[in-house]
Amino acid sequence: MGRKLLLEHINVPGINTYDVYRSKGGYTAVEKAMKTLTPEEIVEEVKKSGLRGRGGAGFPTGMKWSFLAKPEGVARYLVCNADESEPGTFKDRYLMTYIPHLLIEGMIVASFALGANTSYIYVRGEMMPQIRILERAIAEAKNAGFLGKNILGTGYDLELYVQPGGGAYICGEETALLESLEGKRGNPRIKPPFPAIAGLYGCPTVVNNVESIAAVVPIINDGGDEYAKLGIGRSTGTKLISAGGNLKKPGVYEIDLGLPVEEFLYSDEYCGGIANGKRLKAVVAGGSSVPILPANLFMKTINNEPRLMSYESLADGGFVSGTMMGSGGFIAYDEDQCIVRNTWNFARFYSHESCGQCSPCREGTGWMEKVLHRLENGHGKMSDMDLLVDVSKKIEGNTICPLGDAAAWPVASAIRHFRDEFEWHVTNAATAVRRNYGIAHYADPLIIAEKAG
Amino acid sequence: MFKVTIDGIPVEVEPGTSILNAARQIGGDIVPPAMCYYSKLEGSGGKCRTCLVQVSKGSEKDPRPMPKLVASCRTTVMDGMEVKNITSPEVIEARKGVVEMLLINHPLDCPVCDQAGECHLQDLGFEHGSAKTRYEFDRRKFERIDIGDKIQLHMTRCILCYRCVFTADQITDRRVHGILNRGDHSEISTYIQQAVDNDFSGNVIDVCPVGALTDKTFRFKNRVWFTKPVEAHRDCDHEKCNGKVTLWYKGEDVIRVTARKDVYGEVEEFICNTCRFDKKKTADWVIEGPRKVSNQSVISSNHYDTLKPLPVVKTNPLLQEANKDQFERETRL
Repeated sequence: MGRKLLLEHINVPGINTYDVYRSKGGYTAVEKAMKTLTPEEIVEEVKKSGLRGRGGAGFPTGMKWSFLAKPEGVARYLVCNADESEPGTFKDRYLMTYIPHLLIEGMIVASFALGANTSYIYVRGEMMPQIRILERAIAEAKNAGFLGKNILGTGYDLELYVQPGGGAYICGEETALLESLEGKRGNPRIKPPFPAIAGLYGCPTVVNNVESIAAVVPIINDGGDEYAKLGIGRSTGTKLISAGGNLKKPGVYEIDLGLPVEEFLYSDEYCGGIANGKRLKAVVAGGSSVPILPANLFMKTINNEPRLMSYESLADGGFVSGTMMGSGGFIAYDEDQCIVRNTWNFARFYSHESCGQCSPCREGTGWMEKVLHRLENGHGKMSDMDLLVDVSKKIEGNTICPLGDAAAWPVASAIRHFRDEFEWHVTNAATAVRRNYGIAHYADPLIIAEKAG
Repeated sequence: MFKVTIDGIPVEVEPGTSILNAARQIGGDIVPPAMCYYSKLEGSGGKCRTCLVQVSKGSEKDPRPMPKLVASCRTTVMDGMEVKNITSPEVIEARKGVVEMLLINHPLDCPVCDQAGECHLQDLGFEHGSAKTRYEFDRRKFERIDIGDKIQLHMTRCILCYRCVFTADQITDRRVHGILNRGDHSEISTYIQQAVDNDFSGNVIDVCPVGALTDKTFRFKNRVWFTKPVEAHRDCDHEKCNGKVTLWYKGEDVIRVTARKDVYGEVEEFICNTCRFDKKKTADWVIEGPRKVSNQSVISSNHYDTLKPLPVVKTNPLLQEANKDQFERETRL
């Protein structure tokens, strides 16, 4: 059984209150950081830990912190990105609901390390209960002297605010989040300048995911080297995976990175296998925007090695036969699920959430949605698949923010791996609206020679 | 000074210049097209993605190429940077894609659009687009909205370049203009058709690259290629307006007044609404001479190369002289 760092005390009754959290060793990271470490040393510890951003891109957090510009006389900000809205991802909400003080503690340590005196937690507007929970937790922490003026007598001041967003997916993009936080329309900014140079109110800003900030707490408590011992290769530490879909035991699991996907999917400690004794057809490994994989390619890489839950192993094979860790929104599809319908559903989401600033994403996502809608409802054409691939290629990489890529990848990968199912929707249109394609060969063992030919 | 090479042509520019402006200093075919960037409007650009270019060498210090195509209007040059525009197949391909995207929700009704002949999207579509559309669904449609009594907004034609939003923000004093909704149903709005009442509001017509914002005093009076542009000025008493304009003649009548635009379709100086909408008599203006129109433009199609001078030319010695010059030059060619 893997070691739990973030969810160690999740089952302790009342862990969402300050007293219980404190009695379980909470806020020792703040004490340790402020009394024994300098801000530079904290950044160094986080660098040593190899912690990679848990929001999706996997950029090393310590590196991000060290890029923060530190001009004299200009305020610096830390913003926590709790605008979790990726379909399939719900780990941050879980963390904020059940163990809010972990996030507060991480925010205090991270703000201290970055020299920020005002920090924000930008929470998605739909998560009103979580906003209340966080506000209560902040009030408790303030009462206990961990927030406010002169924290622990060190002379360091920190105010922490919770800001509800309007519930737009695009506001999870860091620059759109900052725009929204400033009270403007949540449109992504054109980069450069990056937030580390000019972010919130034009000041240097670091934007981190909830889980990244929470992971700072065990890093400070145990030391960066200790944290780096967990995991595999450049994927260090533990990761929260929000498992959903047709699983026996969906939910949020904390895993050591490097856990074999086979074990994660089928062991009773984690997902417990596919619900109702069905077979696995496909997996979206890291939230809706990462490429979808058929069961056989997901379980084994193209070189016939077992796939692991790590940034590198999931990305093994690139976009041809791999996927991405993303934000850890693990969605499993059983044999009765329709990939065309699922792809249309994702495309509909991205079309709805596109901000409308840059033309390829604004027009292209809507176009893909319409074509997929037609395919799903039995009015598709054989040429639609090539059209979709072409449109997704024209969006990918040509947009201001990564939403364009996120919209293009699931469509392109679904057609790459499930083309025969799409074609079946065209050739058997009447049947396709009544029943699903089924599992076909998607779970068959990979035959390497055949693949090469 | 930074040395930049664009499509193999070296140029020296000030640090902080964008790739697009560096290309404009060279001029010619290698200038990327821009639908949303407007040099006079701060913060514009980066949205339409037609000006994407490939940076094949980042700088002298860091020669790595940039991983993605970049928007040349919002990327500043580095010393020793090498940029590929029309020499890169990827750029051509991406630009073709962007043009297609811009056109899928744009009505292809140029024959009845007031902007035809001076529409940037029309030019862009002609240059880069394919002859056929692959889009088989209903296009986005909106009702026409009057913004005050002089300007009309037809969102159906809008490509959401945000230029008018920046104009309303920066040129006029009170912002009554913005974007509502998001994604492909976002629309330019004036807060539920509230009239824009401002001395400089007319400039949104000039900055609009397509026929979404049109001048109601000119709308459907005439096709632009039947009119004759003439440079003129007047002593405007508005402190921010210098009264330098282009008058568009049809016969003896001034049927439209616009600001003067440069080769990239950007106005040289913004003009006030009095000059634009109210001064439509030759007597209001001091005529400077005929406007030079590129012979690539349809507006030049029946320009001053006629032996029978137009009525307005007959009465103005300056225009007569210019007409003679131009006629000689063009018949010689």
